[in-house]
Amino acid sequence: MKSLLFKRALQDILNNRFLNTVTVITIALSVLIVSSFALFFTNANELLDTWKKGIRALVYLNPETTDANRLDLKYNIQKLNGVSEARFISRKEALAQMKVQMGRQSSLLESLKPNPLPDAFEVRLSPDSQTMAAIEKLSKAIELLPHVDEVEYGRQWIGKFTNIINMFRFVGYAMGGLFLVATLFIVANTVRLLLYSRQEEIVIMRLVGTTDRFIKMPFYIQGVILGALGGIIGMSGLYFAFWFVSEKFHRGLSAELLDIHFLPLDVTAGIIVGSMIIGWIGCYLSLKQFLKA
Amino acid sequence: MKCHDDALIRLFHVYKRYGAKNALFDISLDIFKNEFLFLTGPSGAGKSTLLKLLYLGESLSEGQILIDRMNLARVSRKRAPELRRKLGIIFQDYKLIPTKTVYENVSLVLEARGMSHKFIQKKVHSVLRTVGMEKRKKSFPPGLSGGEQQKVAVARAVVGEPKIILADEPTGSLDADSAGTIFDLLTNIHTRGATVLVATHDAELIRSAKGRVIQLKEGKVVAE
Repeated sequence: MKSLLFKRALQDILNNRFLNTVTVITIALSVLIVSSFALFFTNANELLDTWKKGIRALVYLNPETTDANRLDLKYNIQKLNGVSEARFISRKEALAQMKVQMGRQSSLLESLKPNPLPDAFEVRLSPDSQTMAAIEKLSKAIELLPHVDEVEYGRQWIGKFTNIINMFRFVGYAMGGLFLVATLFIVANTVRLLLYSRQEEIVIMRLVGTTDRFIKMPFYIQGVILGALGGIIGMSGLYFAFWFVSEKFHRGLSAELLDIHFLPLDVTAGIIVGSMIIGWIGCYLSLKQFLKA
Repeated sequence: MKCHDDALIRLFHVYKRYGAKNALFDISLDIFKNEFLFLTGPSGAGKSTLLKLLYLGESLSEGQILIDRMNLARVSRKRAPELRRKLGIIFQDYKLIPTKTVYENVSLVLEARGMSHKFIQKKVHSVLRTVGMEKRKKSFPPGLSGGEQQKVAVARAVVGEPKIILADEPTGSLDADSAGTIFDLLTNIHTRGATVLVATHDAELIRSAKGRVIQLKEGKVVAE
């Protein structure tokens, strides 16, 4: 019985190739767009987390700060909630580090006399303070301490990046919602067209004693197959695009800074299952209306 | 002597109205098991309407119909297939599915009942052989003559071995030879124990058969 219904569903798909192809393409495009956003979020969030974990604040001191003041300040910083470590970096050490970082161009620094860099503390944060709000609060508290000239932690670019991710998240949800409704509408309409084209057949089937369940099942199977095909094609398209972009990306400079991944297997499977569910719901909406008549 | 309780089909003060017009007017009738019954009368007498009421193609306006103890006035939509499986219906316009082959049209009845593939194959071939359509099992209805389509319709009606056969003008558009074949098939089904109810205005057919005749006129029973 099950194989018979499955066979009938496949027959229906083959008999209405054009209509079903259009539906599969539409589902695939919707899946592609929605999963692109999912891929972007996953990687962007991972990136942000990595950056946040390595975050540190640099506390620049007044030029007049004495050694005694410095010890007091270190004690006061370490007392603050959320600080895991405060390491002193002398102006000499900072210049030496800068020379190492600049490599061959470090000769430019030779002419700088006196050393323009200030003494500083490198403050590392405890894991529970690695949020934007906690970092901001802590840096404000450090700024209020005596002998502190400035606190720097790259707030602007992290803040901007977080805002961009949030904006994309919002757009992603909105687009996802819209595409979900559009896909549902298209699947429902495809099934409705199929139902209208087979109206006479359905009437006859009922007259010879078939149950509504027997009539409905092939349509549901068909909806699920269309959803699965659309989901698989959409995700394959995304994987191909990802592979193409990441190949180029890895050849570029940014590869060491960023390690981008494709969506995890469970998320990929979840998206395909979701697409199958949409196919099923689309059928349900059409059949419910049509068979009532 | 047969009593009401032996009736397989009971109609009790049945009315069917379309707007203000009475298509059937106060019909009370008992049809017994293994009976061969003709419903006759001129066009518009109500023969087809009466058959439609029996297979739930139309709903009653008033009265009661009992088929094998099932009260049609109270049968829900969900239970309609249960009733229709007790019936084998031969429609005047055949009602074959044009996109399915002869074999598929007939096998559909058994598939819907969840029969096994092997059983369906055996049964459908046997029935198609009986009606002389086995060689055309792969043909589609639009490619068949009227007589052939009617034979397929008969095959579909009998393949599920129903208790009751309802035939609406089964020989209406057929030549004498084809009409004879169809009538022989109906007689054969009757001898195997089915109750056969034929709506026809074919006087020749009625004369050649032994069966009860109910005459309708303007929705009323005028002679029995």
